[in-house]
Amino acid sequence: MTLRNLWRGLVEAGRLMVGQSSYRAYRAHMAAHHPDDAPMDERAFFRHRQEARYGGRNGGRCC
Amino acid sequence: MLRSAAWVAVALLGAVALAVVGLMRGEPVNAVWIVIAAVCTYLIAYRFYARFIARRVLGLDPSRPTPAITRADGLDFVATDRRVLFGHHFAAIAGAGPLVGPVLAAQMGYLPGMLWILAGVVLAGAVQDFIVLFISMRREGRSLGELIRLEMGAVAGTIALLGTFLIMVIILAVLALIVVKALAGSPWGMFTVAATIPLALLMGGYSRWVRPGRIGEVSLLGVIGLVLAIVYGRAVAASPGLAAWFTFTPVQLCWILIGYGAVAALLPVWLLLAPRDYLSTFLKIGAILALAVGILVVAPPLRMPAITPFAFGGGPVWSGSLFPFLFITIACGSVSGFHALIASGTTPKLIANEGDAKFIGYGAMLAESMVAIMALVCASMIDPGVYFAMNSPAAVVGTDAASAAHAVSAMGFAVTPETITAVAHQVGEKTIISRAGGAPTLAVGMAQLFSRIAGGPALMAFWYHFAILFEALFILTAVDAGTRACRFMLQDLIGLAAPSFRNATSFGPSLVGTLLCVGAWGVFLYQGVTDPLGGVNTLWPLFGISNQMLAAIALTLATVVLFRMKRERYAWVTMVPTAWLLICTLSAGALKLASGDPKVGFLAHAAKVQAALTQGKLLAPAKSLADMHTMLFNDRIDAALTAVFMAVVLAILLLGIRACRAALRADRPTVHELLAA
Repeated sequence: MTLRNLWRGLVEAGRLMVGQSSYRAYRAHMAAHHPDDAPMDERAFFRHRQEARYGGRNGGRCC
Repeated sequence: MLRSAAWVAVALLGAVALAVVGLMRGEPVNAVWIVIAAVCTYLIAYRFYARFIARRVLGLDPSRPTPAITRADGLDFVATDRRVLFGHHFAAIAGAGPLVGPVLAAQMGYLPGMLWILAGVVLAGAVQDFIVLFISMRREGRSLGELIRLEMGAVAGTIALLGTFLIMVIILAVLALIVVKALAGSPWGMFTVAATIPLALLMGGYSRWVRPGRIGEVSLLGVIGLVLAIVYGRAVAASPGLAAWFTFTPVQLCWILIGYGAVAALLPVWLLLAPRDYLSTFLKIGAILALAVGILVVAPPLRMPAITPFAFGGGPVWSGSLFPFLFITIACGSVSGFHALIASGTTPKLIANEGDAKFIGYGAMLAESMVAIMALVCASMIDPGVYFAMNSPAAVVGTDAASAAHAVSAMGFAVTPETITAVAHQVGEKTIISRAGGAPTLAVGMAQLFSRIAGGPALMAFWYHFAILFEALFILTAVDAGTRACRFMLQDLIGLAAPSFRNATSFGPSLVGTLLCVGAWGVFLYQGVTDPLGGVNTLWPLFGISNQMLAAIALTLATVVLFRMKRERYAWVTMVPTAWLLICTLSAGALKLASGDPKVGFLAHAAKVQAALTQGKLLAPAKSLADMHTMLFNDRIDAALTAVFMAVVLAILLLGIRACRAALRADRPTVHELLAA
């Protein structure tokens, strides 16, 4: 594993810890499965994920 | 061949370390032995027991598509690298719990706590996390309540939902109480924690409008702000005029927290909750790593005895004897029912391959257990005299250094008033006496560790307030997020009767739900804050009982699922820990209800207060008849809650047995796994 990959993995892990899944993965999914729909831009995606983590019914984390 | 030799070596090393920790008497044991014993135990458990569960008990099938594949949407369901997901899951399960319980348990010495942490995690805690994750993963990542409804019926589902709600209430109260204990009369601590609010608001604005999505950037700015707040906090504490603004009594802090909880839970999430969650999550991971490095580098000797006389009862920190109370005092780190909610939350929707479930479910819990071991080390490496002065209620040790030193020395842990004052001075506080709740003790331990690596005594006060801040931060985040989660649960529960109440988006039900939730945990917080015995004494056992009860519910579900999969020959894997948790929670609950000792039993204490009332006498520390009635009311509420917890767990047990018998009668698997269409 190169240092660059390691750093990328750490950043991705850090973002997922606060509920931000990968935007690249989202774009890849949209391109592969819903090529006709316009995907959210990065900002909209960020807010969508933020709302999903904190605003919805997934607010649980441990004591 | 070489591999088996390596495993034999790990086993031998672990055995030697355990023997050193368990059998060495007379001279202090080095903390590194505990760490080695723990790591060897985890390695062996993961390599052999977790693999056995994965292959034989559950039959994980790496070729079977997970919800992240079958329901992929790029949002909630995303196949994720297992190491990245491990971090996510670990960050979600590890919080204040594994840091507090072991600190409180250290009053019995480090050995009982350590053995329970290790045995509990291997046989119960990690098993629960792993199997609940597996069950949810095979059912499109559904939540614990839905899983119970699916496999055990609607009645069991509703009972579990009610139980979960009550647990949330108790958890929030006890977490808030820890913050109160740490910040009361501490202008430095209060200032730094208060500073996080404007800081988080600024961060919220930044990531909303200036640079959305740049989490690393905004977190870095936040951390710089925090460090400045800690540094400036010293000046605030030193200036009499400013210090007065940030000095609060416990009761004042209690009202501040209740008000904060109500407002914070109604604000938009991006404004306060999200940015603060960034700070608390990254600080938490950083502090845990630093703690691990600190313990390995400094290699402190443990000054607490392996077993203290309080193992047989009569301890000042919390009442009761080793069995059953040790097993409910240490919940997180050993076995925590709350994890069943996390393992059936976002994680199962992100698993890329069924085979990863072992690493994430079982592995992350082992990592949390290591956090608990480190907290135990921290509490056991400081002077036992200081430990007891910090953790005993004021009713036992008084409020000044002389009375505390006298009382603690009388317990058999010789300490001078000068030592107690010196520690308080070193960490920049006026007093450290009677600051139960774990956080301050841990902070003293961390300050002693870190200052030996960087900064020496000069930086000790900085490290202490850093540790307090980091705990207060994630507790406040938990209070905020927990109040929201609580509100949804309540809306669901009320929605069973009045469906319109479920509408989460309309403001009316949100407001009512939030106020009801804050009111519910506020009652217990107020009770804990005004409790003459320090509150932790009462609330922590309630929390432990409720958390272990949830674990028993989750493990009952796991047992039912194994029966319905027709794998009942392996069901001992979940039945043994279920039975142990039932024994512990039910006997602890029964003692809390019916023990004749007023220090242990709620009803016995109520009777004592009642008897004093009829004679027209006041019972210390009540100062008025109103105080007496409050004590009476609190005892009865606590007793009623304990009874409800016991009823919930018994009902689930009966429903579980019924479901298992029905599964046995069936001639084929009756499990409700949801496969992709």
